Amino acid sequence: MIELKGVSKRFGDHIVLDELDFTVADGETVALLGPSGVGKSVMLKHINGLNRPDSGEVFVDGMNVGLLKRKELARLRSKVGYVFQYGALFDSMTVFDNIQLGITDPVTAEDESFCEKRVLECLGLVNLSPDTAEKYPSELSGGMKKRVGIARAIAGQPRYLLYDEPTSGLDPVNADIIDSLVEKLRDELGVTSVVVTHDVRSAFQIANRVALLHNGRIRAQGTQEQLLASKDEQVQKFLGRDLDITLAQLQRYRHGSTL
Amino acid sequence: MADRLKDSQESWRLSGQYHRPVVTLDIRQVVGRLCLTAVSHVGRLARLVLEIIRGLGEWRVWVPLAFEQARSIGYGSLFIVILTSMFAGAVVSLQAGYQWVTGSIPIYYAAGVIVQSVTMELGPVLTALLLAGRIGARYAAELGTMRVTEQVDALESLGRNVISYLIIPRVVAGTLMLPVLVVIADIVGIGAGFVAAKSSLGMTNGDFIRGATFFYQPFDPYYSMIKSFFFGLAVTIVPCYLGMSTQQGAEGVGRSTTGAVVSASVIILFLDAILTQLLLK
Repeated sequence: MIELKGVSKRFGDHIVLDELDFTVADGETVALLGPSGVGKSVMLKHINGLNRPDSGEVFVDGMNVGLLKRKELARLRSKVGYVFQYGALFDSMTVFDNIQLGITDPVTAEDESFCEKRVLECLGLVNLSPDTAEKYPSELSGGMKKRVGIARAIAGQPRYLLYDEPTSGLDPVNADIIDSLVEKLRDELGVTSVVVTHDVRSAFQIANRVALLHNGRIRAQGTQEQLLASKDEQVQKFLGRDLDITLAQLQRYRHGSTL
Repeated sequence: MADRLKDSQESWRLSGQYHRPVVTLDIRQVVGRLCLTAVSHVGRLARLVLEIIRGLGEWRVWVPLAFEQARSIGYGSLFIVILTSMFAGAVVSLQAGYQWVTGSIPIYYAAGVIVQSVTMELGPVLTALLLAGRIGARYAAELGTMRVTEQVDALESLGRNVISYLIIPRVVAGTLMLPVLVVIADIVGIGAGFVAAKSSLGMTNGDFIRGATFFYQPFDPYYSMIKSFFFGLAVTIVPCYLGMSTQQGAEGVGRSTTGAVVSASVIILFLDAILTQLLLK
């Protein structure tokens, strides 16, 4: 379970998170919506301790992230996979080495045959061919980089997955591939996920619950239907642009077919 | 005229189209801010040093990476170090020849000047300044780019200790390789000085050996190595700190890289003065 209690964060004079409360139950996939620059990524980084709150508490797996010592935090992070917005692949390493670094358990990380098997398995899960393993990140397209980023995040078999804008900057075809992948990982691995996005259609497709971040707080949250029925001005404004497409998509999705 | 200008500015301000910037320069505020920035940098640098010391325990992680870095620094810097020390030794020798033309000072003294200048000052300082430009810039750019492209965050999110993975290998490799390069620079510089002295001063092999040993103190090599060690720390820790503190994309990386070379060079010269004062008392 992930729980943020009264989390506040400011950078200089700019208040990013303002006594924010947010909970994600085990096995749940929550999409966090909001316009660019509203603090979605900052919130995500609080969950695995990359950012520390000015006040408030963050609990992951029952542990208070802010109170963890370095080694305890490292252990917690090995349970939390993080997919970065631009992949954040290590450009001096091959795809194989990048994914291998995601195997966080020190015992299995020493076992070369296990690592090789696991890297190829993860490449398969993200629909990439085994020959991608020998390539460098500079030789990959944007969509492939994102998929390698996901492969690295799942290599350590995490219990939690945090996705930072997994489909931003991608063409519709690649965005759909990534969305399907997130769904596949949710259904096959059963991990608890938080997906930060400003893509309403994507959020509605992959999440059990959707939340809207506005002015440093969760403005509204609920199922797709509840959010669509919301009379809140900000929710309407944010969903408005994509509302028709989203409704149509949602109906199709509920009847068992995706786009 | 002044009134009209004032009125015009007032009307602009009232119309909301123009806001004249109000510049207040309070010297106390400026000095205060500078002091706070300096103290903040010193504090964060001290914290980095403490984390480096703490991270040394994870030797399984940093030792193999330090070897890679050391090989890169050693091979990569060898040519430029040899070239620079060769010219430095030869120029010292030629300048000594220019001052020895009176004939009133024994010629073998020149050999002492060449050897002492190269081993005690030019070898360590020139090599350190070269590495400040070469590896200082590289470290700051590499780490800065990793910082702004979230690679550092990615490493942390994978439960790895960034200090053991990125900082310690660079600091250890640079600090150990600088003395090695200084030894090479000293040998090449003295050799070049000897060749130049033979051709410009007509110095014999015997004169050179006599002069070199006449002024030699057993502490001299240690002096050179102690200096190199501290220069090695400056050349690596400061650029690593600035690289890790990089913000604001490509512009920030550029700023960190320039700052790393300038800061490391200034610190080398500062350390040179302090260490000379302390070690030659």
